[in-house]
Amino acid sequence: MRTAEAIAAIPMHHGLVLAAILFALGMIGILARRNLVFILMSIEIMLNAAGLAFVVAGARWEQADGQVMLIFILAVAAAEVSVGLALLLLLYRRFQTLDADAVSKMRG
Amino acid sequence: MEITFYLSAAIAIATTLMVITVSNATHALLYLIVSLLAVAIVFFVLGAPFAAALEIIIYAGAIMVLFVFVMMMLNLGKAAAAREQGWLNPGIWTGPGVLAALLLAELAYIFAQGGDTPWGTAAVTAKEVGIALFGPYLLGVELASLLLLAGLVGACHLGWNQVGIETGHEEERGHENG
Repeated sequence: MRTAEAIAAIPMHHGLVLAAILFALGMIGILARRNLVFILMSIEIMLNAAGLAFVVAGARWEQADGQVMLIFILAVAAAEVSVGLALLLLLYRRFQTLDADAVSKMRG
Repeated sequence: MEITFYLSAAIAIATTLMVITVSNATHALLYLIVSLLAVAIVFFVLGAPFAAALEIIIYAGAIMVLFVFVMMMLNLGKAAAAREQGWLNPGIWTGPGVLAALLLAELAYIFAQGGDTPWGTAAVTAKEVGIALFGPYLLGVELASLLLLAGLVGACHLGWNQVGIETGHEEERGHENG
């Protein structure tokens, strides 16, 4: 199904440009949004884009290291999102809002 | 096969754009799941079927379900959506957007100069990934397990505190009312 010519037809920088675009979109999401759910989702987008760059590089040199790094990124994302969502729930129960600016003061 | 790559890449970009611009959090979550699926197709086309399967199982399956559960627990209303709409005023981000577009044009110019290398042929199978994972990367696997354990303990601790605080407040209110 997947022939050698078909894979060779996609240049490496196209995959890297896709990863860069996704990473930039995630960063725009972090900078533009103030809802903590959207900020966490943007962080997920950025981690995913980094994993995409690893897989693209691993496919370019036909090594398994890129996918191994993607597995590590998946573990980091899972740990990050579990702690982040627990913090988000705690914050919502205490302040009744998800606005990141509402919790910008310490001991307010 | 290459049209698959470009089509899924376009879908991934479009849906990610919708994730960061739409004001309803649940809609954004659904767009994000579609985006992750598109990236999984990109992995498959690039010759990484194991990574594509992991992307769907862990990202679109496990992590996104966590998000969906939290969204259902929070049950945000229309007031939050209206507030998010106000943050997307075009007058705020026009200047940085133009500068970032200039940086992107520079990056595209650099790639157009010397980045045109065709790549290899064979797909990296799950067997090679497993051999690499438990060979030279064994220490990384142990560190990942420690990190996941720390995340588990941290989430459990935060959830435990939340229950304690909530019941404490209810008890205080009960005393005030009584």
